[in-house]
Amino acid sequence: MKNEWPLWEVFIRGQHGMSHRHVGSLHAPDAEHAIKNARDVYTRRNEGVSIWVVEAANIAASSPSDKGPLYEPSESKVYRHPTFFDIPEEVGAM
Amino acid sequence: MYAQMIKTAGTGVKDRDEMSEEERKFQDRIDAGEKIEPKDWMPDDYRATLIRQIGQHAHSEIVGTLPEGNWVTRAPTLERKAILLAKVQDEAGHGLYLYCAAETLGISRDELTEDLLSGKMKYSSIFNYPTLNWADIGAVGWLVDGAAIMNQVPLQRTSFGPYSRAMIRICKEESFHQRQGYDAIRACAEGTPAQKKMAQDAMNRFWYPALMMFGPSDTDSVHSAQSMAWKIKINTNDELRQKFVDQTVPQAEYLGLTIPDPNLKWNEERGHYDFSQPDWSEFFNVIKGNGPCNVDRMAARNKAWDDGEWVREGMLAHARKKAAAKVAAE
Amino acid sequence: MTRQDALFQFLLRMGDNTLILGHRISEWCGIAPVLEEDIALANTALDFIGQTQFWLGYAGEVEGKDQDADRLAFHRDAWDFRNVLLCEMPNGDFGQTIMRQFLFDAWHSIFLGRLLKSSDPRVAEIAEKASKEVAYHLERSAGTVVALGDGTEESHARMQAALDYLYPYVGEMFLSDEVDQQMAEAGIAPDPATLREEYDALVARVMAEATLNIPENRYAHKGGRDGYMHTEHLGHLLCEMQWLQRAYPDAKW
Repeated sequence: MKNEWPLWEVFIRGQHGMSHRHVGSLHAPDAEHAIKNARDVYTRRNEGVSIWVVEAANIAASSPSDKGPLYEPSESKVYRHPTFFDIPEEVGAM
Repeated sequence: MYAQMIKTAGTGVKDRDEMSEEERKFQDRIDAGEKIEPKDWMPDDYRATLIRQIGQHAHSEIVGTLPEGNWVTRAPTLERKAILLAKVQDEAGHGLYLYCAAETLGISRDELTEDLLSGKMKYSSIFNYPTLNWADIGAVGWLVDGAAIMNQVPLQRTSFGPYSRAMIRICKEESFHQRQGYDAIRACAEGTPAQKKMAQDAMNRFWYPALMMFGPSDTDSVHSAQSMAWKIKINTNDELRQKFVDQTVPQAEYLGLTIPDPNLKWNEERGHYDFSQPDWSEFFNVIKGNGPCNVDRMAARNKAWDDGEWVREGMLAHARKKAAAKVAAE
Repeated sequence: MTRQDALFQFLLRMGDNTLILGHRISEWCGIAPVLEEDIALANTALDFIGQTQFWLGYAGEVEGKDQDADRLAFHRDAWDFRNVLLCEMPNGDFGQTIMRQFLFDAWHSIFLGRLLKSSDPRVAEIAEKASKEVAYHLERSAGTVVALGDGTEESHARMQAALDYLYPYVGEMFLSDEVDQQMAEAGIAPDPATLREEYDALVARVMAEATLNIPENRYAHKGGRDGYMHTEHLGHLLCEMQWLQRAYPDAKW
């Protein structure tokens, strides 16, 4: 699908002091629209949040090694794709 | 259950000594309750089955917006309209989350969409039934979402991380869906004689299709056994169907609605309701494309996709022009 | 016309605009060009339904005849609707829908901005809530108009056709009559005619970026905001929207 809109990973910061958290992914033609789509899909327009979007293809992720302890439980930052963490209460209903 | 009759890839559960070293370690992790993440090693059959299952689930959410969307413009009050629209919007969101989860397995959303539109992939049989009166909107929320929740709640514990996380998010939203449906049909059931008639009519038409959502009995299926060993299926179809019936009967009684099953009876010994099976030949017909709305649903999805092509292309073209201009400027 | 009558008419205009345009957008439910747009359109429609409840709810109170927002929405006939014609124009293709949205959002955001300082605290309060939502509507619709206007040859042609088709409905948003004069005198709302310049500048900026040409003909269709002559489209919309309430008038939903 040569003309598919790229996939973006979405990170949202709710209130002061909290860092951005990965909330999921979406498709958009460019960063500007990705931010708007993120607002509609993942915050349902709640004001006062900060949104980061990163094109999924640009994310470097740690990868389990081919040998050795393949399956150590890891809380690794595999951002490559959606993890759908809960959004903090203060961000509002979704 | 929005994923129905998923064909599990492979030949069934292997004995440990038939497994490769990798497969054994993989199965050990699942047995220990660990989550499998996209970059982890996984058997090809596990991946293939998950793509089918998550993809079908996503397609069901998307096609499922059509029967409910059918009533958005006719909702009887501003509040009902807002609630229904928000609910249908959530379904579109659920489809989006699930497509993203499937994409972690190496297939794109457009590929999945093309497979739906070509008929290669299926969606839940339930969405091939029509919504004919306003109480149907209540029935869909109460019975259809209610049946879906039966399956989705345990799936929050599924072994594949992205699928599990999507399910957690979806379940949080789904419970509001069932409640709004019950509330809408309750207003009808407690309303004028005409409204009561709507509610009973909806009950009559949606009861058996809701039971069909769980799929035919799979207690003896080797494929289901494999999916259960992989923890991408948690309960058998019969267990979930029984649970749904047990939960729903008192809710229907409260509304004064009659469930269209003369054999429905509390079985003291089993501690469950006895009930009639739906007409499985009807179910297989719906799956094959002969349901009341199959043709219309697919036509509507295809039209939306085709009509939207110039928009998707146009926005992408603009994005590329902007990116090129930026590069040129630097 | 008493001050109270004028206020009632003004509130109907505000509420009917959002009611009718919100309804039109909700017709896209489930069939938008891409999932993200489907979700975004639903958000806009939801905002409008909420704003309608405020405007028409207040209108009913001002009228004092025991009509709530639902009663006003579902039990009036076309001649009693006070939305501008632009809001009732059919969806057409996605381009027409987005162009209609932008042309309305641009007016809506400027107008609500003035209402923030309304001498009527209820009006100011509703405007306060609505203007935040509408600022985002405008950002989104303007961005999409630009992207599609400047996209492919086909998307450009469709957006130009949408602009040509809808532009004759822009002028009505800036007409003034006795209702507007009374509202302006009381400091409740601005005279719409005074906002045209700001609107034109905003639209010109976006259309330039979208590489679209604003039609030179400024002829304006009118008749919506005073109910004198709606388009044929409104009756069909009302048939659908009001059907259940009209068919079962004694029912509670």
